[in-house]
Amino acid sequence: MQIAARAIQGWTILDLSGDIDLAHSPAMRKALLGEIKEKHTPRVFLNLKNVRYIDSSGIASLVEGLKASRDQGSRLILYGLNKTVREVMQLSRLQKIFEIYEDEEQALAS
Amino acid sequence: MPGIADPTRPSTSLDGPMISLRGVRVSYSGREILHGITFDVQRGETLVILGGSGSGKSTLLRTLVGLEKPTSGEVWIAGKNFSAISGAERDDIRKKIGMSFQGGALFGSMTVGENVALPLREHTKLEDSTIDIMVRLKLDQVGLSGYEQYMPSQLSGGMKKRAAVARALAMDPEILFFDEPSAGLDPIIAAGIDQLILDLKQAFRMTIIVVTHELASAFLIADRMVLINKGDVVAMGTAKEMQNSTHPRVRQFMDRVPEPAVAQELDYLQMLTEQQPKQRSQSPGKSR
Repeated sequence: MQIAARAIQGWTILDLSGDIDLAHSPAMRKALLGEIKEKHTPRVFLNLKNVRYIDSSGIASLVEGLKASRDQGSRLILYGLNKTVREVMQLSRLQKIFEIYEDEEQALAS
Repeated sequence: MPGIADPTRPSTSLDGPMISLRGVRVSYSGREILHGITFDVQRGETLVILGGSGSGKSTLLRTLVGLEKPTSGEVWIAGKNFSAISGAERDDIRKKIGMSFQGGALFGSMTVGENVALPLREHTKLEDSTIDIMVRLKLDQVGLSGYEQYMPSQLSGGMKKRAAVARALAMDPEILFFDEPSAGLDPIIAAGIDQLILDLKQAFRMTIIVVTHELASAFLIADRMVLINKGDVVAMGTAKEMQNSTHPRVRQFMDRVPEPAVAQELDYLQMLTEQQPKQRSQSPGKSR
Protein backbone atom coordinates (compact mmCIF):
# COMPACT_ATOMS: atom_id res chain seq x y z
CA MET A 1 0.00 0.00 0.00
CA GLN A 2 1.21 3.51 -0.81
CA ILE A 3 0.14 6.75 0.88
CA ALA A 4 0.74 10.25 -0.52
CA ALA A 5 -0.55 13.50 0.96
CA ARG A 6 -1.74 16.57 -0.98
CA ALA A 7 -2.77 19.91 0.48
CA ILE A 8 -5.73 21.79 -1.03
CA GLN A 9 -7.35 24.90 0.47
CA GLY A 10 -5.94 24.11 3.91
CA TRP A 11 -7.35 20.59 3.70
CA THR A 12 -5.50 17.32 3.16
CA ILE A 13 -6.09 14.62 0.59
CA LEU A 14 -4.51 11.26 1.36
CA ASP A 15 -4.12 9.29 -1.88
CA LEU A 16 -4.08 5.60 -1.03
CA SER A 17 -3.28 2.74 -3.36
CA GLY A 18 -2.95 -1.03 -3.15
CA ASP A 19 -4.41 -3.26 -0.45
CA ILE A 20 -5.30 -1.99 3.02
CA ASP A 21 -4.84 -5.15 5.06
CA LEU A 22 -3.43 -6.34 8.39
CA ALA A 23 0.10 -5.51 7.27
CA HIS A 24 -0.67 -2.01 5.97
CA SER A 25 -3.60 -0.60 7.92
CA PRO A 26 -1.36 0.60 10.82
CA ALA A 27 0.42 2.95 8.36
CA MET A 28 -2.90 4.33 7.12
CA ARG A 29 -4.13 4.72 10.70
CA LYS A 30 -0.99 6.64 11.65
CA ALA A 31 -1.29 8.99 8.67
CA LEU A 32 -4.99 9.51 9.25
CA LEU A 33 -4.82 10.16 12.99
CA GLY A 34 -1.75 12.37 12.45
CA GLU A 35 -3.77 14.65 10.18
CA ILE A 36 -6.79 14.71 12.46
CA LYS A 37 -5.35 14.76 15.98
CA GLU A 38 -1.93 16.32 15.56
CA LYS A 39 -2.29 18.68 12.61
CA HIS A 40 -5.94 19.44 13.36
CA THR A 41 -6.72 19.52 9.62
CA PRO A 42 -10.36 20.63 9.34
CA ARG A 43 -11.13 18.31 6.41
CA VAL A 44 -9.31 15.10 5.59
CA PHE A 45 -10.16 13.38 2.30
CA LEU A 46 -9.27 9.78 1.65
CA ASN A 47 -8.90 9.05 -2.04
CA LEU A 48 -9.59 5.30 -2.34
CA LYS A 49 -9.73 5.22 -6.13
CA ASN A 50 -6.63 3.02 -6.38
CA VAL A 51 -7.40 0.84 -3.37
CA ARG A 52 -8.13 -2.68 -4.57
CA TYR A 53 -9.09 -4.22 -1.26
CA ILE A 54 -9.68 -3.27 2.35
CA ASP A 55 -9.96 -5.74 5.21
CA SER A 56 -11.56 -5.28 8.60
CA SER A 57 -8.36 -3.87 10.15
CA GLY A 58 -8.56 -1.15 7.49
CA ILE A 59 -12.23 -0.58 8.19
CA ALA A 60 -11.55 -0.44 11.94
CA SER A 61 -8.79 2.13 11.31
CA LEU A 62 -11.21 4.24 9.29
CA VAL A 63 -13.70 4.03 12.17
CA GLU A 64 -10.99 5.26 14.54
CA GLY A 65 -10.32 8.14 12.16
CA LEU A 66 -14.02 9.00 11.96
CA LYS A 67 -14.36 8.97 15.75
CA ALA A 68 -11.30 11.20 16.10
CA SER A 69 -12.58 13.64 13.48
CA ARG A 70 -15.97 13.89 15.23
CA ASP A 71 -14.21 14.47 18.57
CA GLN A 72 -12.16 17.25 16.93
CA GLY A 73 -15.14 18.76 15.12
CA SER A 74 -13.48 18.12 11.74
CA ARG A 75 -14.62 16.07 8.75
CA LEU A 76 -13.35 12.80 7.29
CA ILE A 77 -14.53 12.29 3.72
CA LEU A 78 -14.04 9.21 1.54
CA TYR A 79 -14.29 9.00 -2.25
CA GLY A 80 -13.45 6.77 -5.20
CA LEU A 81 -14.51 3.47 -3.56
CA ASN A 82 -14.52 0.52 -5.93
CA LYS A 83 -17.18 -2.19 -5.81
CA THR A 84 -15.17 -4.43 -3.47
CA VAL A 85 -14.50 -1.67 -0.96
CA ARG A 86 -18.16 -0.59 -1.08
CA GLU A 87 -19.27 -4.16 -0.38
CA VAL A 88 -16.96 -4.41 2.63
CA MET A 89 -18.36 -1.09 3.93
CA GLN A 90 -21.87 -2.39 3.35
CA LEU A 91 -21.22 -5.67 5.16
CA SER A 92 -19.87 -3.64 8.07
CA ARG A 93 -23.03 -1.43 7.92
CA LEU A 94 -20.87 1.69 7.68
CA GLN A 95 -21.77 3.04 4.27
CA LYS A 96 -24.24 5.52 5.79
CA ILE A 97 -22.06 6.45 8.74
CA PHE A 98 -19.16 7.73 6.65
CA GLU A 99 -19.37 10.68 4.26
CA ILE A 100 -18.79 8.96 0.91
CA TYR A 101 -18.66 10.60 -2.53
CA GLU A 102 -18.14 9.28 -6.02
CA ASP A 103 -15.11 11.35 -6.99
CA GLU A 104 -12.77 14.13 -5.90
CA GLU A 105 -14.81 16.88 -7.51
CA GLN A 106 -17.95 15.94 -5.59
CA ALA A 107 -16.00 15.41 -2.38
CA LEU A 108 -14.31 18.82 -2.52
CA ALA A 109 -17.62 20.50 -3.34
CA SER A 110 -19.38 18.92 -0.36
CA MET B 1 9.04 -32.28 -19.88
CA PRO B 2 9.89 -28.58 -19.77
CA GLY B 3 7.07 -26.23 -20.68
CA ILE B 4 4.35 -28.82 -20.28
CA ALA B 5 2.26 -28.75 -17.13
CA ASP B 6 2.11 -31.95 -15.12
CA PRO B 7 -1.60 -32.66 -14.57
CA THR B 8 -0.82 -34.64 -11.42
CA ARG B 9 0.76 -31.57 -9.80
CA PRO B 10 -1.28 -28.53 -8.76
CA SER B 11 -0.43 -25.14 -10.15
CA THR B 12 1.77 -22.97 -7.94
CA SER B 13 0.54 -19.87 -9.74
CA LEU B 14 -1.54 -17.32 -7.81
CA ASP B 15 -4.20 -17.76 -10.47
CA GLY B 16 -4.36 -21.50 -9.78
CA PRO B 17 -6.71 -23.27 -7.38
CA MET B 18 -6.70 -22.09 -3.77
CA ILE B 19 -6.74 -25.68 -2.54
CA SER B 20 -5.62 -28.87 -4.29
CA LEU B 21 -5.73 -32.37 -2.90
CA ARG B 22 -3.71 -35.00 -4.70
CA GLY B 23 -4.26 -38.63 -3.74
CA VAL B 24 -4.68 -37.84 -0.04
CA ARG B 25 -4.77 -40.89 2.20
CA VAL B 26 -5.24 -40.69 5.96
CA SER B 27 -5.12 -43.57 8.42
CA TYR B 28 -5.85 -43.92 12.12
CA SER B 29 -4.24 -46.85 13.96
CA GLY B 30 -3.57 -48.68 10.74
CA ARG B 31 -7.13 -48.23 9.45
CA GLU B 32 -7.37 -46.11 6.33
CA ILE B 33 -10.11 -43.45 6.58
CA LEU B 34 -9.47 -41.50 3.35
CA HIS B 35 -8.53 -43.54 0.29
CA GLY B 36 -6.74 -41.18 -2.07
CA ILE B 37 -8.87 -38.03 -2.32
CA THR B 38 -8.18 -35.73 -5.28
CA PHE B 39 -9.97 -32.46 -6.08
CA ASP B 40 -9.41 -28.71 -6.46
CA VAL B 41 -11.16 -25.73 -4.90
CA GLN B 42 -10.94 -22.51 -6.88
CA ARG B 43 -10.29 -19.10 -5.35
CA GLY B 44 -13.51 -17.46 -4.17
CA GLU B 45 -15.43 -20.71 -4.52
CA THR B 46 -17.75 -22.15 -1.89
CA LEU B 47 -17.41 -25.94 -1.77
CA VAL B 48 -19.76 -27.99 0.37
CA ILE B 49 -18.49 -31.38 1.53
CA LEU B 50 -21.42 -33.74 1.97
CA GLY B 51 -21.42 -37.16 3.50
CA GLY B 52 -23.12 -39.29 6.08
CA SER B 53 -21.85 -40.04 9.55
CA GLY B 54 -18.55 -41.90 9.36
CA SER B 55 -18.05 -41.01 5.70
CA GLY B 56 -14.69 -39.38 6.39
CA LYS B 57 -15.81 -35.80 5.75
CA SER B 58 -14.67 -34.51 9.16
CA THR B 59 -11.31 -36.27 8.74
CA LEU B 60 -11.03 -34.61 5.34
CA LEU B 61 -11.69 -31.21 6.91
CA ARG B 62 -9.14 -31.82 9.68
CA THR B 63 -6.60 -32.80 7.02
CA LEU B 64 -7.31 -29.66 5.02
CA VAL B 65 -6.63 -27.40 8.01
CA GLY B 66 -3.47 -29.31 8.93
CA LEU B 67 -4.76 -31.08 12.05
CA GLU B 68 -4.21 -34.48 10.41
CA LYS B 69 -1.17 -35.41 8.36
CA PRO B 70 -1.79 -37.50 5.24
CA THR B 71 -0.11 -40.90 5.21
CA SER B 72 0.43 -40.23 1.52
CA GLY B 73 -0.63 -37.64 -1.04
CA GLU B 74 -0.43 -33.86 -0.94
CA VAL B 75 -2.54 -30.94 0.26
CA TRP B 76 -1.69 -27.74 -1.60
CA ILE B 77 -2.95 -24.42 -0.25
CA ALA B 78 -2.37 -21.07 -1.96
CA GLY B 79 0.30 -22.62 -4.19
CA LYS B 80 2.26 -24.24 -1.33
CA ASN B 81 2.47 -27.94 -0.47
CA PHE B 82 0.90 -27.56 2.97
CA SER B 83 1.56 -31.17 3.88
CA ALA B 84 5.31 -30.77 3.29
CA ILE B 85 6.19 -27.32 4.66
CA SER B 86 6.93 -26.42 8.25
CA GLY B 87 7.92 -23.51 10.47
CA ALA B 88 7.31 -19.93 9.36
CA GLU B 89 6.13 -20.98 5.91
CA ARG B 90 3.42 -23.20 7.41
CA ASP B 91 2.43 -20.44 9.88
CA ASP B 92 2.01 -18.02 6.95
CA ILE B 93 -0.46 -20.39 5.33
CA ARG B 94 -2.25 -21.00 8.62
CA LYS B 95 -2.82 -17.24 8.97
CA LYS B 96 -4.79 -17.37 5.72
CA ILE B 97 -7.11 -19.98 7.24
CA GLY B 98 -10.08 -19.49 9.55
CA MET B 99 -11.79 -22.48 11.10
CA SER B 100 -15.17 -22.62 12.76
CA PHE B 101 -15.34 -25.83 14.75
CA GLN B 102 -18.57 -27.72 15.23
CA GLY B 103 -18.72 -27.26 18.99
CA GLY B 104 -17.45 -23.68 18.96
CA ALA B 105 -14.20 -24.45 20.82
CA LEU B 106 -14.26 -21.11 22.63
CA PHE B 107 -11.97 -20.60 25.62
CA GLY B 108 -14.26 -20.77 28.63
CA SER B 109 -12.05 -18.57 30.80
CA MET B 110 -12.15 -15.64 28.34
CA THR B 111 -14.98 -13.32 27.42
CA VAL B 112 -16.50 -13.59 23.97
CA GLY B 113 -14.64 -10.43 22.95
CA GLU B 114 -11.32 -11.79 24.22
CA ASN B 115 -11.92 -15.02 22.31
CA VAL B 116 -12.47 -13.11 19.07
CA ALA B 117 -9.50 -10.81 19.74
CA LEU B 118 -7.11 -13.65 20.56
CA PRO B 119 -5.78 -14.37 17.03
CA LEU B 120 -5.37 -10.63 16.41
CA ARG B 121 -3.41 -10.12 19.63
CA GLU B 122 -1.25 -13.19 18.94
CA HIS B 123 -0.51 -12.67 15.26
CA THR B 124 -0.66 -8.93 14.55
CA LYS B 125 0.82 -5.69 15.81
CA LEU B 126 -2.46 -3.81 15.63
CA GLU B 127 -3.26 -1.27 18.34
CA ASP B 128 -5.68 -2.40 21.06
CA SER B 129 -8.14 0.31 19.99
CA THR B 130 -8.16 -1.07 16.41
CA ILE B 131 -8.61 -4.63 17.68
CA ASP B 132 -11.51 -3.57 19.92
CA ILE B 133 -13.34 -2.11 16.92
CA MET B 134 -12.57 -5.19 14.79
CA VAL B 135 -14.01 -7.44 17.51
CA ARG B 136 -17.23 -5.39 17.57
CA LEU B 137 -17.43 -5.48 13.75
CA LYS B 138 -17.02 -9.26 13.71
CA LEU B 139 -19.58 -9.79 16.46
CA ASP B 140 -22.00 -7.50 14.63
CA GLN B 141 -21.53 -9.53 11.44
CA VAL B 142 -22.65 -12.69 13.24
CA GLY B 143 -25.52 -10.98 15.07
CA LEU B 144 -23.82 -10.80 18.48
CA SER B 145 -23.47 -7.05 18.93
CA GLY B 146 -23.07 -6.15 22.57
CA TYR B 147 -21.99 -9.62 23.71
CA GLU B 148 -18.25 -8.98 23.94
CA GLN B 149 -18.25 -8.97 27.76
CA TYR B 150 -20.25 -12.21 28.07
CA MET B 151 -18.58 -15.45 29.04
CA PRO B 152 -19.10 -18.42 26.67
CA SER B 153 -20.99 -20.24 29.45
CA GLN B 154 -23.61 -17.48 29.33
CA LEU B 155 -24.38 -18.09 25.64
CA SER B 156 -26.81 -20.52 24.03
CA GLY B 157 -25.47 -23.21 21.68
CA GLY B 158 -26.33 -21.16 18.60
CA MET B 159 -24.70 -18.05 20.03
CA LYS B 160 -21.52 -19.99 20.85
CA LYS B 161 -21.42 -21.18 17.28
CA ARG B 162 -21.78 -17.64 15.96
CA ALA B 163 -19.10 -16.40 18.37
CA ALA B 164 -16.83 -19.13 16.99
CA VAL B 165 -17.56 -17.89 13.47
CA ALA B 166 -16.63 -14.36 14.58
CA ARG B 167 -13.32 -15.66 15.93
CA ALA B 168 -12.68 -17.57 12.70
CA LEU B 169 -13.25 -14.29 10.82
CA ALA B 170 -10.97 -12.23 13.05
CA MET B 171 -7.93 -12.34 10.79
CA ASP B 172 -9.94 -11.82 7.58
CA PRO B 173 -8.88 -15.25 6.34
CA GLU B 174 -8.66 -16.00 2.65
CA ILE B 175 -10.00 -19.48 3.32
CA LEU B 176 -12.74 -20.22 5.80
CA PHE B 177 -13.67 -23.71 6.96
CA PHE B 178 -16.97 -24.44 8.61
CA ASP B 179 -17.66 -27.76 10.33
CA GLU B 180 -21.42 -28.29 10.48
CA PRO B 181 -22.29 -24.60 10.86
CA SER B 182 -26.06 -25.17 11.09
CA ALA B 183 -26.10 -28.30 13.27
CA GLY B 184 -28.25 -27.80 16.32
CA LEU B 185 -29.42 -24.31 15.34
CA ASP B 186 -33.02 -23.24 14.95
CA PRO B 187 -34.03 -22.57 11.32
CA ILE B 188 -33.89 -18.78 11.62
CA ILE B 189 -30.39 -18.74 13.13
CA ALA B 190 -29.27 -21.38 10.60
CA ALA B 191 -30.58 -19.18 7.77
CA GLY B 192 -28.60 -16.29 9.26
CA ILE B 193 -25.40 -18.35 9.14
CA ASP B 194 -26.12 -19.28 5.50
CA GLN B 195 -26.62 -15.60 4.64
CA LEU B 196 -23.39 -14.71 6.44
CA ILE B 197 -21.51 -17.27 4.32
CA LEU B 198 -22.99 -15.76 1.15
CA ASP B 199 -22.08 -12.23 2.31
CA LEU B 200 -18.50 -13.20 3.15
CA LYS B 201 -18.05 -14.77 -0.24
CA GLN B 202 -19.44 -11.68 -1.95
CA ALA B 203 -17.63 -9.00 0.02
CA PHE B 204 -14.31 -10.64 0.84
CA ARG B 205 -14.01 -13.10 -2.09
CA MET B 206 -13.29 -15.80 0.48
CA THR B 207 -12.75 -19.40 -0.46
CA ILE B 208 -15.17 -21.26 1.77
CA ILE B 209 -15.33 -24.95 2.60
CA VAL B 210 -18.38 -26.13 4.48
CA VAL B 211 -18.88 -29.61 5.88
CA THR B 212 -22.56 -30.30 6.36
CA HIS B 213 -25.32 -32.76 5.85
CA GLU B 214 -28.00 -30.03 5.79
CA LEU B 215 -29.09 -30.27 2.16
CA ALA B 216 -31.18 -27.08 2.10
CA SER B 217 -28.20 -25.09 3.34
CA ALA B 218 -25.85 -26.84 0.92
CA PHE B 219 -28.00 -25.98 -2.09
CA LEU B 220 -28.23 -22.35 -1.00
CA ILE B 221 -24.54 -21.66 -0.43
CA ALA B 222 -22.58 -24.08 -2.64
CA ASP B 223 -20.91 -23.29 -5.93
CA ARG B 224 -19.99 -26.95 -6.02
CA MET B 225 -20.52 -29.97 -3.81
CA VAL B 226 -18.48 -33.07 -3.22
CA LEU B 227 -20.06 -36.21 -1.80
CA ILE B 228 -17.77 -38.38 0.33
CA ASN B 229 -18.65 -41.96 1.14
CA LYS B 230 -16.46 -44.43 3.04
CA GLY B 231 -13.41 -42.26 2.48
CA ASP B 232 -13.81 -41.84 -1.28
CA VAL B 233 -15.13 -39.06 -3.50
CA VAL B 234 -18.36 -40.42 -4.93
CA ALA B 235 -19.36 -37.37 -6.97
CA MET B 236 -18.47 -33.73 -7.40
CA GLY B 237 -20.34 -31.03 -9.26
CA THR B 238 -22.59 -28.00 -9.13
CA ALA B 239 -25.82 -28.09 -7.17
CA LYS B 240 -27.69 -28.70 -10.42
CA GLU B 241 -25.35 -31.49 -11.48
CA MET B 242 -25.72 -33.17 -8.11
CA GLN B 243 -29.47 -32.73 -8.19
CA ASN B 244 -29.63 -34.41 -11.61
CA SER B 245 -27.06 -37.10 -10.86
CA THR B 246 -28.10 -40.69 -11.45
CA HIS B 247 -25.31 -42.08 -9.26
CA PRO B 248 -27.06 -44.37 -6.75
CA ARG B 249 -25.24 -42.99 -3.69
CA VAL B 250 -25.89 -39.39 -4.75
CA ARG B 251 -29.56 -40.21 -5.33
CA GLN B 252 -29.75 -41.90 -1.95
CA PHE B 253 -28.27 -38.83 -0.27
CA MET B 254 -30.30 -36.27 -2.23
CA ASP B 255 -33.55 -38.20 -1.83
CA ARG B 256 -32.82 -38.96 1.82
CA VAL B 257 -33.28 -42.69 1.37
CA PRO B 258 -32.25 -44.73 4.42
CA GLU B 259 -29.63 -47.44 4.12
CA PRO B 260 -31.37 -50.54 2.72
CA ALA B 261 -32.12 -53.31 5.16
CA VAL B 262 -30.33 -56.60 4.56
CA ALA B 263 -32.27 -57.96 1.60
CA GLN B 264 -32.04 -61.64 2.18
CA GLU B 265 -32.31 -63.54 5.40
CA LEU B 266 -29.33 -65.56 4.24
CA ASP B 267 -27.26 -62.36 3.87
CA TYR B 268 -28.29 -61.33 7.37
CA LEU B 269 -27.32 -64.72 8.75
CA GLN B 270 -24.00 -64.48 6.96
CA MET B 271 -23.42 -60.98 8.33
CA LEU B 272 -24.11 -62.21 11.85
CA THR B 273 -21.90 -65.27 11.60
CA GLU B 274 -19.07 -64.41 9.23
CA GLN B 275 -15.54 -64.80 10.50
CA GLN B 276 -13.91 -61.55 11.55
CA PRO B 277 -10.28 -61.07 10.49
CA LYS B 278 -9.26 -60.34 14.06
CA GLN B 279 -9.57 -63.40 16.34
CA ARG B 280 -10.41 -63.08 19.99
CA SER B 281 -7.33 -63.68 22.12
CA GLN B 282 -7.27 -67.09 23.74
CA SER B 283 -6.06 -68.25 27.10
CA PRO B 284 -2.59 -69.76 27.05
CA GLY B 285 -2.58 -73.48 26.53
CA LYS B 286 -6.23 -73.56 25.56
CA SER B 287 -7.21 -74.58 22.10
CA ARG B 288 -10.46 -75.00 20.25
